[in-house]
Amino acid sequence: MSGVRVLVGTRKGAFVLESDGKRQRWDVSGPHFGGWEIFHLKASPADPDRLYASQGTSWFGQLIQRSDDGGKTWEPVGNRFVYDGVPGTHLWYDGTPHPWEFARVWHLEPSLTDPNTVYAGVEDAALFRTTDGGQTWQELAGLRTHESAHSWQPGAGGMCLHTILLDPSDRERLFVAISSAGTFRSDDDGRTWRPVNRGLRSEQIPNPTAEVGHCVHRIAMHRARPDVLFMQKHWDVMRSDDAGESWREVSGNLPSDFGFPIDVHANEPETVYVVPIKSDSEHYPPDGKLRVYRSRTGGNEWEALTNGLPQRDCYVNVLRDAMAVDALDPCGVYFGTTGGQVYASADAGDRWAPIVRDLPAVLSVEVQTLS
Amino acid sequence: MIRVVLPPHLRKLARVDREVTLDVEGEVTQRSLLDALEARYPMLRGTIRDQGTQRRRPFVRFFACEEDLSHEPPDTPLPEAVVRGAEPFLVVGAMAGG
Repeated sequence: MSGVRVLVGTRKGAFVLESDGKRQRWDVSGPHFGGWEIFHLKASPADPDRLYASQGTSWFGQLIQRSDDGGKTWEPVGNRFVYDGVPGTHLWYDGTPHPWEFARVWHLEPSLTDPNTVYAGVEDAALFRTTDGGQTWQELAGLRTHESAHSWQPGAGGMCLHTILLDPSDRERLFVAISSAGTFRSDDDGRTWRPVNRGLRSEQIPNPTAEVGHCVHRIAMHRARPDVLFMQKHWDVMRSDDAGESWREVSGNLPSDFGFPIDVHANEPETVYVVPIKSDSEHYPPDGKLRVYRSRTGGNEWEALTNGLPQRDCYVNVLRDAMAVDALDPCGVYFGTTGGQVYASADAGDRWAPIVRDLPAVLSVEVQTLS
Repeated sequence: MIRVVLPPHLRKLARVDREVTLDVEGEVTQRSLLDALEARYPMLRGTIRDQGTQRRRPFVRFFACEEDLSHEPPDTPLPEAVVRGAEPFLVVGAMAGG
């Protein structure tokens, strides 16, 4: 019997939510690592029992935890994230040079084929990789030493590398996104990188169409069509049909084209989900109505999904790593809020129900489809 | 034997009770004590001192004999009462909100 395991990272620990394929009744375990921020946890696609978690606090720094039994037990693994060579500087908020300083791991992306290989996106923005199950981490320094890196500048949330996409059809190709530098692509397994931001327009930077400097919040890909990318930018929902070489806006009729997460239906590559958020700085749903928007046309035409979601007095946010889809049919869609709710839809977004209502603020949501 | 008291989160991480005891070779300083602690409990690496700079993390404090030793240079000898094991060396998470 198929089932799903939802991995939830929060401000005060990790939670594991499990259900069978009907996705109606849920077992909740946690908090794991109570009191610690869990920025992200994710399973290996190659081994469903192998999970990795990014654990940290301002007090005691960064830890990485690994589970080999599907989240029942955990062991700390290596947490030495040291930039390769002399780190150099990027721009600080006041425009002065600032040394690269490691702060935390925002995102862990396990290899599609090897449970012991994982990519880590960190703040200050850089990409690390382990090939020994997390015991040791090496920087893929070609990204941080890109000729534009001295001009990268943090957004309000810090200069974080928050998105890592692995191309399932080309082992050498990776995409990353950095706030607020933009999207970068490597075609040689992470050794060299180039920005792929043509078509983006950001009025918040001196040159709105600059090659770098865009505050990309999230990018998403469907496994069957890795050259098609969708992006939620600080403002604007964007689409690329050529692996990031060029982008066009597909915000269409959204009530706000600001937001954080974006994801693609597991079985329909043209069906895309976003959660519009009011901004600047409010960062809650427009009109107090929590609405997921779905496009079945790859963008531009969007429909509000509201059944089961609060439609008044709702002022939570949905962060960039806090939405995911399962691979069942019909596709399940999940997201978590800063108010501690995790909502699930077992019918591709038509109807929603909370799995849990009162967790700490949710930082990340990932889903495993179990057979 | 040097006695070290860890804060609750680090005790849980290291899977130890309130107090741990250590043998420290040579002169007993913050640095040699923490080196011995991390050698015995490798999961604590990076939680008390930064992995790269080896500097004390900003929200961690070191107390002993009712004194705050946090700002002492890391190679300063620790008080004799700590070296004898009469008093523990306390690793403390600084008070902060959140």
